Amino acid sequence: MSSQLLQLQRRMATAVMEPLTRYESTRKVRRDGVDMASEASEFIKPNISLTSLERLEIYNRQYWFRLYSSLEEDFPGLLAVLGRRTFERVMRCYLDTYPSTSFTLRDLGSKLRMYLSSHEELIGSKGKIALDVASLEWAHIEAYDAATFPAPEPEYFAGITDDSFLRLQPSVRLLELAYPVDDLLISIRQSIGSSDTSSNNASVIRKSSTIRRVGKISSTTLWLAVHRQEFAVYYKRLRLEEYRMLCAIQAGLPLGKVFETAFQGSTMDEASQAELLQEAFHQWAVLGWLCAPE
Amino acid sequence: MPANRFNGFTDYGVGIGLRIPHYQHIFEQKPVVDWFEIISENYMVDGGRPLYILDQILDQYRVVQHGVSLYLGSAERLNREHLRRLKDLVRRTKTPWLTDHLCWGSVDGRYTHDLLPMPYTFEAARVTAEKIRQVQDFLEIPIAVENVSSYAEFHISEMTEWEFLVEVVEQADCGILLDVNNIYVSSRNHGYDALEYVNSIPAERVAQIHIAGHSKFQKYTLDTHDHPVIEPVWQLYNRAIERCGSTATLLEWDDNIPSFEEVHREALKANRFLDQQHESAGLRPIAEVVSQSGAIR
Repeated sequence: MSSQLLQLQRRMATAVMEPLTRYESTRKVRRDGVDMASEASEFIKPNISLTSLERLEIYNRQYWFRLYSSLEEDFPGLLAVLGRRTFERVMRCYLDTYPSTSFTLRDLGSKLRMYLSSHEELIGSKGKIALDVASLEWAHIEAYDAATFPAPEPEYFAGITDDSFLRLQPSVRLLELAYPVDDLLISIRQSIGSSDTSSNNASVIRKSSTIRRVGKISSTTLWLAVHRQEFAVYYKRLRLEEYRMLCAIQAGLPLGKVFETAFQGSTMDEASQAELLQEAFHQWAVLGWLCAPE
Repeated sequence: MPANRFNGFTDYGVGIGLRIPHYQHIFEQKPVVDWFEIISENYMVDGGRPLYILDQILDQYRVVQHGVSLYLGSAERLNREHLRRLKDLVRRTKTPWLTDHLCWGSVDGRYTHDLLPMPYTFEAARVTAEKIRQVQDFLEIPIAVENVSSYAEFHISEMTEWEFLVEVVEQADCGILLDVNNIYVSSRNHGYDALEYVNSIPAERVAQIHIAGHSKFQKYTLDTHDHPVIEPVWQLYNRAIERCGSTATLLEWDDNIPSFEEVHREALKANRFLDQQHESAGLRPIAEVVSQSGAIR
């Protein structure tokens, strides 16, 4: 492997990914104690107008501006719940722990929910709501551009038994939430729109959106399907039995097990269970959530 | 010269970047546009609206893919998953050539999502050229690499930026996406002669040209793609066209994006230089040739 090139790129990347000061400038001293001006002058040439550090700072700022903007665009609900100051502190810590490992910014928030759940001290009193919002926003991203597979042929349903299998479309994401954050996110997304793009230009300033204030939300368990219809993402509230069945289908269980799972511990009589099953499968078929097994 | 092996022997004319704020206008008005450039990464997904939109565009327009994250100059190996998705998209768009940047942006599996400048060394040229060859072999289409705007230079550099570009493209046997705005921006930031850069490029390898606007600050110039093209950049474009002949040209506008008509009008200003080139070569003006060939839409 190319040692001189690799060495320079490691050095530059470390400097570029170093968090900015609260004034959005490059730190004078890196967190590991290295003086940034001396470090920059070791590998970057100064020019007539800019020192080595000032030239490095252009890239250091662009890195954070670009990543903050991307996360802000992908997680507008989390921004609203946490407020800008906490959101930015959390994002800086998150990116510091989990820098991007994907070629696309689309994946930047893939580990955010996991990170938040293990760092609840960062998100304070609104921690549980924030976790739910982060889960829903990531599910939204996944549902938006997931693949679509063909629905089962009608004959497949005619011959179905307890040993048969179905699959859920990858665009159907299932969530169990402690707060009704679906309504909150719908109203936030309606007010901001979205761009969903990569580009290769530099930004003069950080792009930031207006933040909506979030009122008090009472806790109530919610089972939700995040799904796509006509290229738009929707949230559909589910009954517990529906949620359990969909999770079982998604886990690849045979239909006999799916039905068994749905009504575990249920006091629902058999007629009501049959009615629920018929109604649920009909609705999922209409919504295009089911696809044929591989 | 315009149609060459680095752009699939095509003669595409003047295009613009496909951007979300213009979708509605394009689908409703169906404007006449020579071609659209898409950012590959925005469509390297499994399904949903991005691919639906792309398919609608492909039904009516010619599309060329432009990437922002192959990072051909990164010391690490190419990302196979990236290449696989890119090849799927290449099959979908049937892009005659594919472009990305002569830069790096990832190291040890961590991505900066920026177009970081190369050290202009022989080692870097060799590594980069080898990766370009691998991409060309895998994708089975011509690749052209774009010179980036830069704000820093490295002590270890052993040659000028244009010498490095030539070294890379000759070793890789690939094309050049010549961004004359980037040449201008970098010349302001590094104090070199932009015209000398344009004059030093192997004209026969230029597959495509980029034009764009930028922002000037007191101490440096930033490649913001948020303004019209300034006259000195048009003059560089003119010189590039004199040397390369009539070449597929694309206007980039990525921030503070005005109406479709305004962006397209700005792009079509390139025709005054392309027409001059055609006339001096004893050919008919571009617009006349394109409208008669039915090559658009």
